[in-house]
Amino acid sequence: MAVDTIEEKLATRHAQSQLEAKLAFYKRIGLIGLIIFAVALPFLVSDFRTFQFTRVLYISIAVLGLNILSGYNGQFSLGHGAFIALGAYVAAIMMDRWGVPYYLTIIPAGLIGFIFGFLIGLPARRLEGLYLALATFGLALATPQILKKFEIITMGVQGIVVDKPEVPFGLPISQDQWLYFFTLMILLVLFWAARNLLRARTGRAFVAIRDHHMAAESMGVNAGFYKPLAFAIGGAYAGVAGALATITIQFVAPDSFGVFLSITLLVGSVIGGIASIGGAIFGGIAIVFIPNVAEEISKAAPWAIYGVILILFMYAMPSGIMGFINMLWRGYVKRLLTRT
Amino acid sequence: MAIAAESIGGTPNPNKSFGTILEVRDVVVKFGGIVALDRVSFDVPEGLIVGMIGPNGAGKTTLFNCLSRLYEVDEGDILFDGQSILRNQKHQISQLGIGRTFQNLALFASMSVLDNILVGAHSGSRSDFFSDAVRLPWVLRENRLSHARARDLISTLDLEEVAHIPVAALPFGTQKRVELARALVSRPRLLLLDEPASGLNHKEVDLFASLIRTIRDQNNLSILLVEHHMGLVMKVSDRVVALDFGRKIAEGTPAEVQANDSVIEAYLGTVN
Ligand SMILES: Nc1ncnc2c1ncn2[C@@H]1O[C@H](COP(=O)(O)OP(=O)(O)OP(=O)(O)O)[C@@H](O)[C@H]1O
Ligand SMILES: [Mg+2]
Repeated sequence: MAVDTIEEKLATRHAQSQLEAKLAFYKRIGLIGLIIFAVALPFLVSDFRTFQFTRVLYISIAVLGLNILSGYNGQFSLGHGAFIALGAYVAAIMMDRWGVPYYLTIIPAGLIGFIFGFLIGLPARRLEGLYLALATFGLALATPQILKKFEIITMGVQGIVVDKPEVPFGLPISQDQWLYFFTLMILLVLFWAARNLLRARTGRAFVAIRDHHMAAESMGVNAGFYKPLAFAIGGAYAGVAGALATITIQFVAPDSFGVFLSITLLVGSVIGGIASIGGAIFGGIAIVFIPNVAEEISKAAPWAIYGVILILFMYAMPSGIMGFINMLWRGYVKRLLTRT
Repeated sequence: MAIAAESIGGTPNPNKSFGTILEVRDVVVKFGGIVALDRVSFDVPEGLIVGMIGPNGAGKTTLFNCLSRLYEVDEGDILFDGQSILRNQKHQISQLGIGRTFQNLALFASMSVLDNILVGAHSGSRSDFFSDAVRLPWVLRENRLSHARARDLISTLDLEEVAHIPVAALPFGTQKRVELARALVSRPRLLLLDEPASGLNHKEVDLFASLIRTIRDQNNLSILLVEHHMGLVMKVSDRVVALDFGRKIAEGTPAEVQANDSVIEAYLGTVN
């Protein structure tokens, strides 16, 4: 081992902290650029495209919830769509039956998703890996039929139609543009909260449980509480996404919340990068646009194309798009380090 | 002073002036047909380093796992600070003030060195998920304190260079130091070290011996040290307990245990 003098050590540490500050600055600029782009987007594209991007936004929120549960806490769920259904129906019923304004449905949908998530998370503690995936798959299977069964509340197969939100404050934008901005605001708040949470004590506890269950407990992490908590947070994010889906599409019906939705969410989560925050956005983009692209390539066999795209993605970026970006970033940092 | 702390005849001694931090009382653990621990009793006096030796399979790690509540004891009792810990759950042990390292490393592989150590601070902090998510000021303050303490240990244990590197990418000896830092960050009163010097070379073992003593003195710790490296145990321990096939075969000062016939026999027996 080289014996550095204190001066040398201090000098390298100074250079290192300067580099760190520079990198943090780049990241911040990049983030601000992205937010500006997101704000400008609806003025650059048609109303239909804006509507599609609104879908990207709320689906990204649901994917982020799934990332927290599966990516950070290691509990694989094939039933995350059930929480979207729950939030979607909470919003629809509040708006349709009780005449509650759309913007007041978001928090109740999140809270009910949270409570329901915690309750599902309690028995899930006894299940590991594949067994948990199967059990939650059962949840996805059951959801549409449960919704149909409780016809008095859910209106059964015919579904519930709600009104399209008006643009407030006389803003000179279209309804679709307003919906986009409304969803974007909620997304920014929830992504900010997730980032804080995951960088703090709670997030470290989630990852510790995933990485080494027994050691986490020995360090004082009560897995019996944190595992259902991860379910609850995932459920809350999906619940909010569900309410936003109702508001954006102005219609809910049982068959949009089947097995396919849950599997799609997991696909989006993995493509974006399952243990990442930013990856959830790429997941949302993938979920909304890959079927479109597939359809454009081949009207006859869009699912074959969809499958091929998935295989190519996983082959080229085994740790998801965010994993790929991180790899490029690390390469760049390494080059900077060797230059100094 | 080591003599003063010795317990008499295996009965629990409620008198705290003896300064006994850990009392293991007639502990029995069975795995199917195997008796891994057979009525083992001993004490760890406050502020001392107690070494625990014994051939492979003697039951040392099993005893540690009982102290961490990872294994259930079939009979007997374990008192920490005069209170039985057998009613506590495994996640409550570190909060009581018992920290530990693992024989075969149990780090959080994907996390950086710093984050691993910060998980060690979990039991000593209070923040909840909501306060974390909205960054309430008291949470930030608590987080800064944990970071400061972690940074201290990172420099004490010479981990600065690797603080932000995922632990899985580090050499075995470095990972062992990370485990030690992770155990110390919660300010335990009793530290359980399961073969902390395995994988170290001779020079590193010597450094480690003085490190253990420094850590003990600086943090006012009591230590239970399991180690195969006989030189290290005899050098740093105030007292030594020897196990063989789940039984305690000797206890006393390092010199006494080293000269004990059953101990010599147990070790010669395993050489061949
Ligand atoms: N979880 C378990 N299930 C079944 N048997 C176990 C278990 N843990 C330990 N044992 C058995 O208990 C006995 C004591 O094992 P233990 O790991 O405590 O030994 P040790 O003294 O730590 O040995 P070493 O020096 O090799 O680490 C062994 O016979 C072992 O096979
Ligand atoms: Mg062992």
